This record gives sequence, C-alpha cells and structure tokens, in this order.
Amino acid sequence: MAERIYVFKRFERFWHWSQAGLIMFLMLTAFDIHGTYTIFGFEKAVAYHTTAAWTLIGLWVFAIFWHFTTGEWKQYIPTTEKVLAMVRYYSVGIFKHEPHPFKLTQLRKHNPLQRLAYLFILICVGPLLWITGGLYLFYDKWAAWGLTGLQLEWVATGHIIGAFMMLAFLIAHVYLTTAGHTPTAHIKAMITGWEEVD
Amino acid sequence: MRHSFTRAALMLCSAGWLAATGPVFADEAKPEAKPLKLTTTADHTKFKQLQKTFNSGPEVTKACLECHTEAAGQIHRTKHWKWEYLNPDTKQTLGKKTVVNNFCISVASNEAACNSCHIGYGWKDASFDFKSEENVDCLACHDTTGNYKKPSGLAGNVVTKDMEFPPGSGKVLKAIDLSKIAQKVGKSSRDTCGACHFFGGGGDGVKHGDLDSSMSAPEKELDVHMDATGLDFSCGTCHKTSSHDVAGSRYTPTAKDSKGAHVRGKADNGNPATCVACHSNAPHKKEARLNQHATKIACQTCHIPSFARGGIPTKMTWDWSTAGQLDANGKQITKKDAKGRIIYESRKGDFTLGENVKPEYVWFNGNVTYTLITDKVEKSDQRTPINKIGGSPTDGKSMIWPMKVFRGSQPYDPVNKTLVTPHTAGNDDTGYWKNLNWDKAIAVGMNTSGHPFSGKIDFIKTEMSWPINHMVAPKEKALGCVECHSKDSRLAGIKGVYIPVRDNNKLLDTAGWAIVLLTLLGVLGHGAMRIVTARRH
Repeated sequence: MAERIYVFKRFERFWHWSQAGLIMFLMLTAFDIHGTYTIFGFEKAVAYHTTAAWTLIGLWVFAIFWHFTTGEWKQYIPTTEKVLAMVRYYSVGIFKHEPHPFKLTQLRKHNPLQRLAYLFILICVGPLLWITGGLYLFYDKWAAWGLTGLQLEWVATGHIIGAFMMLAFLIAHVYLTTAGHTPTAHIKAMITGWEEVD
Repeated sequence: MRHSFTRAALMLCSAGWLAATGPVFADEAKPEAKPLKLTTTADHTKFKQLQKTFNSGPEVTKACLECHTEAAGQIHRTKHWKWEYLNPDTKQTLGKKTVVNNFCISVASNEAACNSCHIGYGWKDASFDFKSEENVDCLACHDTTGNYKKPSGLAGNVVTKDMEFPPGSGKVLKAIDLSKIAQKVGKSSRDTCGACHFFGGGGDGVKHGDLDSSMSAPEKELDVHMDATGLDFSCGTCHKTSSHDVAGSRYTPTAKDSKGAHVRGKADNGNPATCVACHSNAPHKKEARLNQHATKIACQTCHIPSFARGGIPTKMTWDWSTAGQLDANGKQITKKDAKGRIIYESRKGDFTLGENVKPEYVWFNGNVTYTLITDKVEKSDQRTPINKIGGSPTDGKSMIWPMKVFRGSQPYDPVNKTLVTPHTAGNDDTGYWKNLNWDKAIAVGMNTSGHPFSGKIDFIKTEMSWPINHMVAPKEKALGCVECHSKDSRLAGIKGVYIPVRDNNKLLDTAGWAIVLLTLLGVLGHGAMRIVTARRH
C-alpha cells in the first residue's frame, strides 16, 4: 500500500512552476535571439528575455529568503551516500523493477543524484548564466566598472554554453520526473505537494 | 486634473460672457498691424540702394556692401570663396580648385562651367581676382525668390539681358530681374544651398546621394529635421554659420564627437553640425543599451537606413572609358533605362544609378587623404581611392559610418602614373564633351592645371567615399536590430567588434546542439527500455 508524504509546500510549488515557466520562456527567447529560429524576432525577443530574467531574479529573492528561513537549503547539501546505488538503479535496477534505493522523507526529498545535479546547476550553470547575462545587460557600464579588459565575445560564449547546459538539464529533468513510484508520481507531487512512496 | 477642469470651466464662462456682451475688445480705431517678417528687422524693399536697375551681379554686391561693409572680407576667408583648403592634419592642399574626383574629374580648364557654383562673379580662369569685393556673389546664398540663376558656361555671371548661349545654338538664356531679387534678400535656405549642393556632379542627386532636390521641401519620412511641414530646418540650422564661414567639412569631418551637446555660454570650438552637438552622446532615453551602441556606431548608421530616398536617383558608378561612341551618322548618342533615366552619354560614358541605396559601412576616424594630381597612382586590381577614409576599430577615434562609395573608371597618365585633369566643358575645339578627343582634352587640361602629361592615356578604376549625413529618418524608421544582428548583417565587413548573431561561433553551436541531442537520445532510449522491460514483467 502506497504511503503519502507531504514534500512540497505551497510556496515551493509556486516557486518551482513559475521558475519552470520562466526558464522555458527564457529558452524560447534565447534561441530566438541567437538566430536559431524567429518567433518574436531579435528586438522583441531581447526585450522579453530581459524582462523574464529580471522576473526570475525577483522570484529568486523570495526563494532564497524562503530557503534560509525554512532551512530547506539543507536539501542541496551534497552527499556521497547511495550515489553509486542511484547510478546503478537508473542504469540497471529501474529496468528490472527493483525497489528505489532511496527512501524519500520530508527532510531528504531529493535523491543523492538529484542533490548533485541541482547543486551543479546552482553553483555552475546558474552563476555562469547570471554573471554573463548580467554583464550582457550592463555592457554599457563596463568601462565605468573598470572592466576594460573584458571581451563581449567571452561573455557571449559563456552565456551560450550556459544556455546549452540548461537545455540539456531541462530535458533530463523532465524525463526523470517519470522515474518515480509511478510515471506521474513526481509530477503529481510537484502539483499537489503530496508524493506517493513505496 | 482638478486644476485643468477649473481652467476649462473658466474658459467656458468667459467665452459665454464674451458672446453675451459682444466684442468689446475688438480694435476700434487702431491702425491695422502690418504683417511683419519676424526673422528680420530690415525690409530691403525700403533701401534706396536697391531701388534701381542692376546690369550685373557686381553692381548688386556694391550696393550690399554699402551697409554690410565687412561681408565681402568675411567671405574672402571661406572655402566657399577660395575653393582652397589646407587640411591641418594631412597638410594636403585641398578645395574644389585642386582636388580630382571621379565624377566630372576637375575644375581646372573648366571654370566657365563649374564655377557657376562659385559664390563669385567671373572666375573663368586663373586670372580671377580673389581680393575683389564686388565679385563676391551675395545673392547665391541670400536669394529668397528662387529666380536667381547662374547658368553654366558664364563663369558664375548672371544674365541681365536675354542672350543666345552658346552663341549660334539658338538657345536663349532669359534675363533675371536683379532689382527684385536684391530687394527680397534673406537668410540662406535649403533652396539656396541646394542650388549647388543638390546638383553636384552635374545633375540632380548625382554626387552625394543624401542631398538632392527632394530635400528642398522634404516630408518627415525623408528628413525628420528638414520636414517642411514640421521642424523645417534649413541647412544653416545645423551648419551654423559664423562670420559667413559655414560649419561642417568633408575634408576634415568630425567622425566622433565626444564633446557632447553644445550649451550656450560654454566655450566650445566643436563642430556645431554634428548630431551630438544637439542630441548629446546619450540621446536614447528608453534604451540605455542604444547609448552604448552609440559609443562605436555613428548616429547616421542607424538613423539613415538608406540614401537617395526622395525619388531622385544618385549615380553609383561612372565609366569614362566607354565614352566617345557615335551613332551611324557620327552624332553623339544618349541611352536611357526603362525609367527614361540616362545611363550612357557619348561625352561621359556609362553610368549606373541607385535609389534607396543601402550604404556601405566602414570604421571612420575623420581622416581623409586625397589622391591628388601630384600623387602617384598604380593600376591594379585594387581601386585607387580618390579619398582614402582613415579608421580602425582600435584607434579609439573611429566610429562605424555609412558611406556612399562611388566607383568609376577615369583617364590617367600611365607613364607619369598620375590622374589627369581633362578639359571637358567648353564651346571650343579641345573640350572633350564637344570633340570627344581625349588627347587634346587632357593635354589642354593638364597644361591649364600645370602638371606634366606624357601624352599616353589609359583608364584607371577609382572609388570615392561620401560619408552619409542627411536624409535622417524618423526614429521609427531607424534600423532595427536584425539589420546588423543577423547572419546577413549590414556590418558584415566590419572587423574588430563582436556582434551577437553575426559572429555566432559555429563550433560552439555544433557542440551545444550535439550535447542537447545526445541528452534527448539518452532519455528517449532510457524511456524506451523502461517501456520494453515493463512489458516483460
């Protein structure tokens, strides 16, 4: 009989879905700006991309506050425990319908691989995008800030690398939502807050 | 809100009161005010000096100088008078008198024709007296009637009695009434400046591309400043003249104006004819990003999307080497395109014309070096620059500028390796336009300009760059981002700057998409395997 745990609180769900929407919209406008396709066209896409980025920053201010006041930031502390077990599960066990090696609780709602992946996004891909994106936005201030040696090409290249990594993450992340107790268990949890576990 | 409501109510009340009581404020016995021209304090029709018949231009000038005693002396110091200019940076002696171009080539030996655009009377050859005050032509710039004409061939003189010209041609030049014109003088206008500057190169719009007769009364779309029913700038609004010296120069242009907007009371020796002189270096209020663009890109680049926009084509190429063809009867011929525009003349060669032309873009720092008649030229695959445009992305003085690049083929001396100054215009037996004989035309022309000629003639390919400044479009019509931020960027040839999208790195894109694709294949494969293994269980 499946047990139900309340894992995602209301604010967390709101944060997740609005962030998801914003990131997908940022992706959509990003590759429009990049010239991969034309939906809004360069000029409008830049404007939308910029607005979405500022909105996301605003959202993050609340999210960071929430993480620290609730102590939820601890969910991202990396652990080596059961990492190999998770790798083995995703590459072998899942096909044999072995039990999930990670037991989800309110205090540990991310499996060890998830923690590592999110931490990587938080400390590598995220900052790469935010720093290069910020520099892009404030290109006109570089001289005033003393950044005379900085080349726009480096900033642009960093931002594009970040975008591709984020897109790859997005694909893997969306797929792995189906790897729960049932294919829709994780998505339901992210919507209702309640996760069914074994 | 409340305030404006109160005011509206008051206005309504007073209007009602006026209607009820009748027009008590109407002028009763006061003499009617005369319509005054608010731009001047002098009505020239009242001056006794001008109420007479003038038989020549200099007679008018003498009358002008009776009051404007220093005007001729001011004129004498200007490029417009001397047609001579020493470039302080390159030390080259320039000016229309001296330079060679790839349109009608040069003034020397052709003064009678060319100098109808000189602001003087009677410059027919080197004997012209540049110290003469009465030879200054005040009316060329100060006519307001539009009737003032200086026909080609008369060395800048005007016609005061009907005359047949050229003699024996049966064509009659009509006399103009100098007295009427003199009594109506006023400020210079788009028409007075345009009488020469719209028609440079031998016809309407030929030379500049951004100046032609459509600018005489342009619509807003064509020029946002000169818009005849809007801001209605004259040339002098920007080319602010001081002591008759007109600001702005094609010999020493201001490519980058870092001095900011000109403010009254502030000591400022800068060029008042730049965009920045009024708009400052940070004119974009909504998009700060555009001000950053403006640190490297001249305003003109985005705000003049194309030139020759007013319905008058500009010449883009001129091949003198094909001149001289005759028809079966030995007569000169003229060929026209489908729109009836001349594209070949026996006396001039082949032309191509352009309308709504996208400029070419270069780094430009304001340094212009001319290839003068005294400079060596080498025939090669490279075009010889008539005026070499200085600039680079790294010199700190350059901006990306729009140019009309005029390409041509013109006669040169392959032995002495110099350009030549042919005698083209003139009703004589050496002028090329009449006789189609290069040998005679160049020998006479070079003799007049005082330069050696070997007698050998060949043609050399040349190009001349014209910075584009006019025909500024309304801001809604300025270039959009994608004009440059795209793979077929307008700035395709501009080096030294990273332009997002134009400079996308192919390798990075390939690698990025490969990672994305591999991720996608990975999850699809994983999912497929899960589905397959689920069925087995």
